[in-house]
Parts: sequence; C-alpha cells; structure tokens
Amino acid sequence: MGITARNWREYPQRYRMEAAKCNKCGKIFFPPRLVCNECGNREFEQVKLAGEGKLKTFTVIRVAPSNFIDEQPYAVGIVELTDGVSTLMQITDCDPDELSIGMRVKIEFRKVQTEGDAGILMYGYKAVPLRE
Amino acid sequence: MDKKVGIIGYGSYIPRNRIKVEEIAKIWGADAPSYKRGLMLREKSVPAPDQDTITLSVEATKNALKRCNIDPKDIGAIYIGSESHPYAVKPSGTIVAEAIGAVPAIHSADFEFACKAGSEGMFVAHGLVKAGLIKYGLGIGADTSQGAPGDALEYSASAGAASFIFADHELLAEIEFTYSYMTDTPDFWRREHQFYPQHAGRFTGEPAYFKHILGAAEGILKQSGTKPEDFKYVVFHQPNGKFPMRVGKMLGFKKEQIETGWLVPTLGNTYSGSSPLGLTAVLDVAEPGDRILMVSYGSGAGSDAFIFSCTDLLPAAQNKAKLTRDYLDKHQRYIDYGTYSKFRKKIIKNN
Repeated sequence: MGITARNWREYPQRYRMEAAKCNKCGKIFFPPRLVCNECGNREFEQVKLAGEGKLKTFTVIRVAPSNFIDEQPYAVGIVELTDGVSTLMQITDCDPDELSIGMRVKIEFRKVQTEGDAGILMYGYKAVPLRE
Repeated sequence: MDKKVGIIGYGSYIPRNRIKVEEIAKIWGADAPSYKRGLMLREKSVPAPDQDTITLSVEATKNALKRCNIDPKDIGAIYIGSESHPYAVKPSGTIVAEAIGAVPAIHSADFEFACKAGSEGMFVAHGLVKAGLIKYGLGIGADTSQGAPGDALEYSASAGAASFIFADHELLAEIEFTYSYMTDTPDFWRREHQFYPQHAGRFTGEPAYFKHILGAAEGILKQSGTKPEDFKYVVFHQPNGKFPMRVGKMLGFKKEQIETGWLVPTLGNTYSGSSPLGLTAVLDVAEPGDRILMVSYGSGAGSDAFIFSCTDLLPAAQNKAKLTRDYLDKHQRYIDYGTYSKFRKKIIKNN
C-alpha cells in the first residue's frame, strides 16, 4: 500500500511537473523545497515546467529492475528544459541508438510503472525525441 | 434554447508504432492482398508499452488546450469514451483531469458503448454546456483497441485519441444539430474478464453498422433540412476502409467529401476514437462556413450524428497544435509481429 500513497502525493510533480519558484531570487526547484538554498527565502510561486528541452546526458539500461525488464534496453537521461531546469527522466518511444547529447526532446505523459498485475498504474512524464 | 454551443478546442494523438497487414497475415497463414482489398486497409497504429487510453487522452487534451485560451480549472465535466479503460474499477477521467490540472471542481464519468463511447462523451459534454450547467465540457474518444490473435479484427484494431472542449463562446465550430439512433443489436461484444471481443461476422454489416449509420444520418438530415451537397465534409465511423465509403455512397455523398476524414487505411480502427479522430483531421483543414457531418457507430448498437459549422476563428487555431495527418503520416516506426505481440502483452509469461 505504501507505493500507492507515495505515488499519489507526488501527482503535482509527476503529472503536471509543478515546481516552486523562489519569490526573492527566482530560482526554480523541482521538486519544490521549503527553503531556497540560494537566498534562504521561504516563499515560492508555483510554476509549471516547460514541455520541451534538450538531452544533456543519458545512459542506456540493458539490465533492468524487474518492473522494467520488458522495456530493456531503454534510456534514462537528464533533460534541460527550455526554462533552464534540468531533471532526470526516462526517454521513450525511441531506439537508444538514435539518441545523442543535445538532441531536442518533448515531454509526454506516459505510464511509468505498474504495481504487479493487480496493483495501481503509475503515470508520469517521460521525454520523447522531437521529430518535427 | 438557442444558445450557440460548439468546439472551442480540439486535439488528437496517434502513437508512432505501425504494423502492416502483411506482417500479421504471414503469422496466421492468411492472404494479405485479400485482407488489404477486403478491408481497404494497409496498416494500423500500435500503442507503445507505456501508452494506454489514459496517456493518449492526456496528450490529445493537451493539444486541445493549445488551441484555446482557457484555464483547465474552468472545465466542468470530463467524459472519456473507450473500450479499453486501463482499470476495471477506477475512472480514467480522474487521472486525465488531474494531469491537465482540471481538478477538483469537475464532474466525470467513463463511458462505454463499443466504438460510440467517444461521441457519447462529446454529446453529453456539449449538452451540459448548452444547458448552462458548466462553462466548458471535455469529451474524449480514445482506445487501445483489442482484436484476438488471428481474428479479422487483429488487422484493424488500433490506437489513438481525439479530445474536444465544448463552450458557448469563441467557437471554432458550432454544433448546429445532433441526432441519436439506437436499438438493441448484438453484433459485437466483450464479456467480463475476456481479453478480446467477439463479433457476429457478417451480421456486423447490414443490420448493425449500415442500419444505424443510415438511421442517424437520415434522421439528422431530415431534422436539419439539409442534403448531402450542403456539406463540405462527412465523417463516418471507420471499422475498415470499405464501410464508410459504402455508407457514404448509399446516402448520396461523394468520395471527395469523405476522404479528408477517412484515416482508416493507414490508421486502422481506433474504436471509440475512430470518427472523432476523423473529425479532427477535417477540422485541421476546414475553412470558415464549411459544414461537417459526423456519424459515429457503436456496436450493441447505435449512432450519434452531429452537424458542425466552422467559424472564422478556426483557421487561426489549426496550427497551434500538431495536426492529425502529421501524427498519421510522419515518423512512423514499423514493427514486426514479435514486437507487436510483446507491446500488446500477447506473450504468456509465468513469473
């Protein structure tokens, strides 16, 4: 049951990529923090992260954890979004061989993992190479 | 009640994976040219393992929101029609509403009526706006369709979603008339706990698809006092390529009126997303003043018909989101039957 509640608590970030922007210095935190580590301010504005970015770096998982075995090989990388925020995510809908650093990606809502055959379905953001 | 209600935003989403008829036919010893000719269909879309009705609905709705300037929190109802809701018990609508930021002041229900569930969602969402109960209503048709291995349906059952936001202002297309036609006709069904639907073969044609599409189309033409030549475009439910062309001809429509929204030859049958996706492809290219007739069909059986009239605001909205034909015709990834079987969880693993 623990994973159900934890996943639910993280909906704002996993579903909508909601971040916290410091009202004083403007630094953006994802996930949100209570205290800005730049200026010590405690007041934040809720902002939604950008839906596009570029691949800063990535690695290919060829020996996956049990929940992800059917997806191997798959890539996980750090995406720098157009608003300057960098965050870690899976890169999907591609052959890992077609990926390169600096490649433009967009964010899509995807199924991230499932809790076995009978548990909850967990959704969130993933990166998809921009092919336009 | 003469309030004008219609579409303020629309969007689509189609997965990039495709499988060709030849690839399926060679596994089952079937004659691919016969299937391609019989179904008028060459390939179909396949959802990735991390895609389902919910993820397709979210992406289609994000595109719909790009085409209108509204706050998702003002959406008062969300109705998703699908034969493949990921949960047996737990709504798809709550997840989609949460993902687009439309919670908590919103009504939701997941609809099921075979391939007509999407147009049902559209009908109810638009009706609530017309009644003044909500400001915006969201109707979605989405499916990751099921077809049993080796069955004729396996060649066509595909995946995609279309999303429509209804309002009473800033309309891209006004809904002028609606008409529904329904009887109890058991042409196609799926019992509880069954993976794949059953169908009654040729019985799915004359007493089912054709009777109900004709009933709804003739009903709305009579109700509105219109004739086929009054429409620039017409979209029928597309279980295969042949049926919509044939029913169009029976009603007096020309091929040119049908082709723009006729996606099935390279998309397949997206079940609840079928005619709604055809409508998005038409809205992508329609011009102010163009009239569109859409008639869905869902086994069991029934049809919903809509007459849309495009407004001056449509052209500026068209390119604010990815076009349906771009999803359909660009960057496809062709997969073999082994990969398809893995993606669609047709391989039994005892672990």
